[in-house]
Amino acid sequence: MKFGKRRLPRSEGPWAWLAAGSVALSLLMLGGLMLLIGARGLAHFWPASVEQIEMDDGRVVAGHAVRELPLERGQGRERLYFTGNRDLDGQVWHWLPVDAIVARERPRDLVVLERRHHGMFIGRLIAVGDVEATPGQQPQRAGWARLQARLAALEKLRSERERLHREVLRPLIRQLDADPDAADAQRALAEANARVHDLQQAMRGEVALLESADGRRLLQPLDEVLRAWQPNAMPLAQKLAAWADGVWRFLAEGPRDGNSAGGVWPAIFGTVLMVLLMSLLVTPFGVLAAVYLNEVAHQGRWTNLVRIAVRNLAGVPSIVYGVFGLGVFVYGIGGSLDEWFFSDTLPSPTFGTGGLLWASLTLALLTLPVVVVATEEGLARIPAEQREGALALGATRFETLSRVVLPMAVPAMLTGVILAVARAAGEVAPLLLVGVAKLAPQVPVDGEFPFLHLERKFMHLGYHIYDTAFHGSDVQAAMPLVFATALLLVLVILMLNLTAIFLRHYFRARHGVQPRP
Amino acid sequence: MTLPSRFRPASDSIIDFPAETSCFQIEGLGLAYGGKPALRGISLRVPRHRVTAFIGPSGCGKSTLLRALNRLHDLNEEVSHEGWVLLEGQDIHAPDVAVDELRRRVGMVFQVPNPFPMSIYENVAFGLRLQGGLTRRRMDDIVEWALHAAALWDEVKDRLRASAWSLSGGQQQRLVIARSLAVRPEVLLLDEPASALDPISTLKIEELIRSLKSQLTLILVTHNMQQAARVSDYTAFLQDGELVEYAPTDTLFTNPSLRRTENYITGRMA
Repeated sequence: MKFGKRRLPRSEGPWAWLAAGSVALSLLMLGGLMLLIGARGLAHFWPASVEQIEMDDGRVVAGHAVRELPLERGQGRERLYFTGNRDLDGQVWHWLPVDAIVARERPRDLVVLERRHHGMFIGRLIAVGDVEATPGQQPQRAGWARLQARLAALEKLRSERERLHREVLRPLIRQLDADPDAADAQRALAEANARVHDLQQAMRGEVALLESADGRRLLQPLDEVLRAWQPNAMPLAQKLAAWADGVWRFLAEGPRDGNSAGGVWPAIFGTVLMVLLMSLLVTPFGVLAAVYLNEVAHQGRWTNLVRIAVRNLAGVPSIVYGVFGLGVFVYGIGGSLDEWFFSDTLPSPTFGTGGLLWASLTLALLTLPVVVVATEEGLARIPAEQREGALALGATRFETLSRVVLPMAVPAMLTGVILAVARAAGEVAPLLLVGVAKLAPQVPVDGEFPFLHLERKFMHLGYHIYDTAFHGSDVQAAMPLVFATALLLVLVILMLNLTAIFLRHYFRARHGVQPRP
Repeated sequence: MTLPSRFRPASDSIIDFPAETSCFQIEGLGLAYGGKPALRGISLRVPRHRVTAFIGPSGCGKSTLLRALNRLHDLNEEVSHEGWVLLEGQDIHAPDVAVDELRRRVGMVFQVPNPFPMSIYENVAFGLRLQGGLTRRRMDDIVEWALHAAALWDEVKDRLRASAWSLSGGQQQRLVIARSLAVRPEVLLLDEPASALDPISTLKIEELIRSLKSQLTLILVTHNMQQAARVSDYTAFLQDGELVEYAPTDTLFTNPSLRRTENYITGRMA
């Protein structure tokens, strides 16, 4: 049936318009939301050009123009500039009245440095050199090239140091924990420590002489500098590369500066791992419960009562589940586990505090009704002829269930899991109580036995949004990060759902309910 | 096993067969859904290696009677029954009868083709796999034999691994018959097997039914009287849950002994 070619009877016209209008409005709102989040989130990583402003009182400022608003009193407008240089100015944002701006230009020699401390620097590069030798003036181009070369070398040294920590130091320390007298391990540890020390020496030592737009100078140790670019002198391709690099760092690195800078990798990892664990926990329970309700239990008032109860559980506010998880899982079960198996580390709790396992369990409980209901509906949709066909061949009820009914119900179960994932991945409130952390630099999976650390706290994108937006010191700086993280959360949920939808499609092609001719 | 004499056929409108040549002996069978009677006092004997048809208006209980023969009503807790159904002299409701074994001996084909969502091969092998203990070769042989017996082999031999749902409706119904035949049942119950099919497929199914009676007993429920006349040897006419007349098909359709039967087959009654 082609809707477009169908002529509607006169009386149906308004209804069709109303329905189509509602769909269009919903799509528009959804598209608008995604566009807003996407644009504001992704624009954050773009190396925007830097303006040098001269005010009528002689002040000179350099920074990114962010937005413009009408002045609260009087006429005219004022514009917000991000100027960086927290170490020089004490603040990084400046509202400047537009009328007071005398000159506005984009000098090509302005540089932007991303630093480990004090955030961004915006200004000019005067020289690069050793700490001892006072850096003298050198040609701008030479200084810039040398800076770039040094930053690349530092990046190599940094990753080498990371590698040493990961592959040599930590295993040795673990070995020594088990056997403190192993002489060769001690020797190896001393050697490795010496190498790390050498690396750190090599990384130190060089500084850049920087000058702000109004002429104040400062010495910047180079090992504190993460990235540097000259936005006004960059061709588009270079800007794109810098943007991609920025996005990649956001995805792959951990947060810095109290979550107001850096990346969100631990949060992505925590979110995905928690949702996967939750799916693993909720699917067997939900499916078994639905099978019992629909296939095994005597159908009557009692099963209907249970059904109504399960459906109503889906409407319980999620924070209630959080409280339940805290009371039962964390304090109840976790506390007992600690007393029985981890009594040597008490009073510091192992399982008796929020963690990945309890969070996954709590969310599994939260999404259980969804899986039960979806599976039950799937089971009920399987035609009676299919069951009777199997029974008529001499299959027992169990054989009918396991060989015919359940394989056909797999797509419905996956629908339940999709709905569960969609609900769980965006849920933050219960996590506050049962294990999410503001900052958990160690992801819950590593090379250390037992590899998956269920008792550890973890980071979560949803909570990260909340924390960045409301608990940061710099709201203006946090805003684009919030948008970027929100976009990422939506994308992560989309990816998880697409995986499940793909699986469902695969099983439906193999075992699905036969379409009636 | 001896039965009380009151269950012997009460009227001369119901043909009797000696117990020795009967496959099913149904004696005084009554059946109710949640207290509402659907069958009352049915007594009839189904001869071996013949096609017996149950006809009657909608809601007369012919399908209910058919499903009572392999205890498919067991699933429904609301159904209660009285009387006896004997398969080869053995009460199918006796406590020592395993219901899955009974259903293996009494196969069933339904109105809507119901192949499982598996390959053609796996559909036919389904019942064999339940029994287990067959070598791969033996399984292949039985599957091929069953598909031959259901007159489907030539059409599917090149695509045994294809999904059963890729077949047409008529092919699916013959596949379902092959699936039933593979476990070597003694009786095959057919519940309006051609009512969802086109005329050509219907013809093929009817031919198949006629060809199968050398191997097993067939019981056919149909609301199509021409079909009953074409394929069956004996026909039972049911109305309002009671057996009205049971006779050789020729006799029943040309010279019914009761006015009710005549009215029905000549279409004077819906």
